[in-house]
Amino acid sequence: MVLNFLKVFQLKKHILQVLLTLSALLMTTISHVAVAAYEYDFPEQKTQIGRELTDLHHFVFYVCLAIMVFVTIWMFASIFMHRKSRGVEPANFSHSTTLEIIWTAVPVLILIVMAIPATKMLIKMEDTTKSDITIKVTGYQWKWQYEYLADNVDFYSTISTPRDQIDQYNNDAPVPQGENYLQETDNHVVIPAGKKVRILLTANDVIHAWWVPKLGGKKDAIPGYINEMWIRADEDAIGTYRGRCAELCGKDHAFMPIVVDVVSQEDYETWLAANADTASDQIKSVAAAKLAQPKQSVATTE
Amino acid sequence: MAHTPTGLKRWLMSTNHKDIGTLYLIFSLSMLFLGGAFALVIRAELFEPGLQYVDPHFFNQMTTVHALVMVFGAVMPGFVGFANWMIPLQVGAPDMALPRLNNFSFWILPFAFTLLISSFFVPGGAPAAGWTLYAPLTIQGGMSVDMAIVAIHIMGVSSIMGAINVIVTVLNMRAPGMTLMKMPLFVWTWLITAFLLIAVMPVFAGAVTMLLTDRHFGTAFFDPAGGGDPVLYQHIFWFFGHPEVYIMILPAFGIISAIIPTFARKPLFGYSSMVFATAAIAFLSFIVWAHHMFTVGMPLQGELFFMYSTMLIAVPTGVKIFNWLSTMWRGSMTFETPMLYSIAVVFLFTIGGLSGIMLAITPVDFQYHDTYFVVAHFHYVLFSGAVMAMMGGAYYWLPKWTGHMYNETLGKWHFWLTTIFFNITFFPQHFLGLAGMPRRYADYPIQFTEFNQWSSVGAFGLGISQLLFVYIIVQTVRGGEKATDEVWENPEGLEWTVPSPAPFHTFEEQPTVK
Ligand code: HEM
Ligand SMILES: [Cu+2]
Ligand SMILES: [Cu+2]
Repeated sequence: MVLNFLKVFQLKKHILQVLLTLSALLMTTISHVAVAAYEYDFPEQKTQIGRELTDLHHFVFYVCLAIMVFVTIWMFASIFMHRKSRGVEPANFSHSTTLEIIWTAVPVLILIVMAIPATKMLIKMEDTTKSDITIKVTGYQWKWQYEYLADNVDFYSTISTPRDQIDQYNNDAPVPQGENYLQETDNHVVIPAGKKVRILLTANDVIHAWWVPKLGGKKDAIPGYINEMWIRADEDAIGTYRGRCAELCGKDHAFMPIVVDVVSQEDYETWLAANADTASDQIKSVAAAKLAQPKQSVATTE
Repeated sequence: MAHTPTGLKRWLMSTNHKDIGTLYLIFSLSMLFLGGAFALVIRAELFEPGLQYVDPHFFNQMTTVHALVMVFGAVMPGFVGFANWMIPLQVGAPDMALPRLNNFSFWILPFAFTLLISSFFVPGGAPAAGWTLYAPLTIQGGMSVDMAIVAIHIMGVSSIMGAINVIVTVLNMRAPGMTLMKMPLFVWTWLITAFLLIAVMPVFAGAVTMLLTDRHFGTAFFDPAGGGDPVLYQHIFWFFGHPEVYIMILPAFGIISAIIPTFARKPLFGYSSMVFATAAIAFLSFIVWAHHMFTVGMPLQGELFFMYSTMLIAVPTGVKIFNWLSTMWRGSMTFETPMLYSIAVVFLFTIGGLSGIMLAITPVDFQYHDTYFVVAHFHYVLFSGAVMAMMGGAYYWLPKWTGHMYNETLGKWHFWLTTIFFNITFFPQHFLGLAGMPRRYADYPIQFTEFNQWSSVGAFGLGISQLLFVYIIVQTVRGGEKATDEVWENPEGLEWTVPSPAPFHTFEEQPTVK
């Protein structure tokens, strides 16, 4: 009967896979090498703000963990000690003003301790002044447009993962997924390392959100609004960073990735020169923009 | 002496609080299965990277309708079912104050959900913009959005009528001697919940009506193309939405505050601070809403205000947790199924509360927001808070409702299966979110595969385990060991002074409370 059930729902293959995964997990945990496959925390940050953010995240997490440990010990102590099967007689107390004051006041203090660094951090993140370059990012269903405002560079960036890697409805011959499955685009955003890049966010249709986890937090791209955020990639952060849309924007929400190339100032200038003035008048008009084909040859560091 | 009607008429025309309570509870359980089925479609699709079963648009319909069904179909009506059954029994009233209204507020619900579910069959399918129905995405949606809006109006009317009934009953129909500060905590939490409902359901109704007129009548409240403001929608929605999440948890607090003292054989610790904490949570829930919108680009001052107010909510929440722990402390505990559920709720809800504090910290929320970390947070508070508290409550009062003891061994099996599979499903989602997987994604990059597989396996286990719950309930209704009037050892409360099963009419003569 159980087997029939599995057949009906075609779960057999999956169950097998699950068993394999479970055993793989056990093995990897033991061997310690491939544990990296299981990412369970913020990815390694490539900006100063990102590292401070990670520290704050860990700080808050450990405070919460300590509270959880405290609650767990308290609870399991009574579960083990104060059970009827051990013949204990119940006490009859039902309040204690002292205790109640303590467990109102102590949490307030703990919260203040968390609020102080959080406030400092927030003030720092919201300061978008003194930026070196400004990029305007516009969300569309389902692609991104990037405009380098001072440099006349303007292009679209669309997912480049082949459709037959995504559509697996026909299970007979699934196409293997590449390493950067769903995290690859035709055109990459290029920013110089070590420079404060101000990002202006807006959208053309519905709300999207621009997020590259290794470069710090996300922000919404809202039609009719211009939001601001900034990133300063480390001097030695030269490389490619991948992100994605984080606000539900319709059917292909999961299919509008972001790829950022952090390059040296020199390479950045070369790239700008090679791509400047490509923004024709036509592409700048919003109406025509939707029809425009993404530009092909944008330099990458890959 | 009133008669007991029979047959279809008994249920359709019922003005009896117990029958209506039963209807609500059955409705809620059916919606739990329907919403659960949608969730399993989501988890099946997310088992591996790539699209295997459904297209992304249908996937979005699944996440949207799953949440709407669970919130408005399973959790809220479930608590109204408990309120109907237990509030009159706990305050010593013969029935709810407004029995016809009670009938009406239940019987419009099936219409609301028929409308919502039938939207799957209109062109473009069911709503797919998320349960939050954010503009302008909802303005793009098909006719199903209009159907959902009408359904929401009906649900709102039902909730408001239910809330009025609770308030009137509690304020006017208590037995002599039952002062406010002697009411069981379940009654208190429901009284406060009812005020929250009356305050925010109309706000939600307003928000969706503005959506409707934006869609069809040329207004542009939320449509930037006409000078409207999409962020305004979010402010209105969350002004409803945050109190709404407390609407879904306060009655759960009430249920476990009834169960823990019974099985610890010790009075509830800090009764009056429990009442004040509930009121404080209710008040604070009105001034924290924008913590759901930290990434929309609020001014710094706004972000700071909502960060501080949100963190403050943890204080009264902590008071409750410490009070439950102190109730257990130096008690003489036994671990029947309702107690197991309550202990799990205290433990797992604490995890959800603590991840809530993390989410309240604005700068790090820029990373957490709209990821699976948030999904994990709200399932720890909603499933292992609200839903598991209802399961515990069901085992606790089932003997009173049916006159039979449920099968304790099976109850424990149900508890352990539910708890273990719940954690397998949702704990890994914390990791997924931190590592960068956004919520409402039909497909994901390959680095998220392993934890998604854990989650999917857990979800199927969790879903299948609930069949056991239905089996146990049916078995208990049909027969089983005869329950005594008290059912448990010296439980507190008027409900235990009436026979088991509670007769069709109770407290026709008012009891007196010392
Ligand atoms: C200590 C108490 C709590 C705190 C500090 C807290 C904080 C938060 C914050 C800041 C968010 C927004 C996260 C984001 O989207 O970035 C959130 C989301 C959420 N919380 Fe809580 N929370 C608490 C308790 C609860 C309770 C008791 C419930 C319900 C029973 C709840 C249900 C939810 C839900 C449903 C969401 C997600 C809504 C959505 O975006 O769809 N939370 N919480
Ligand atoms: Cu999106
Ligand atoms: Cu909230």
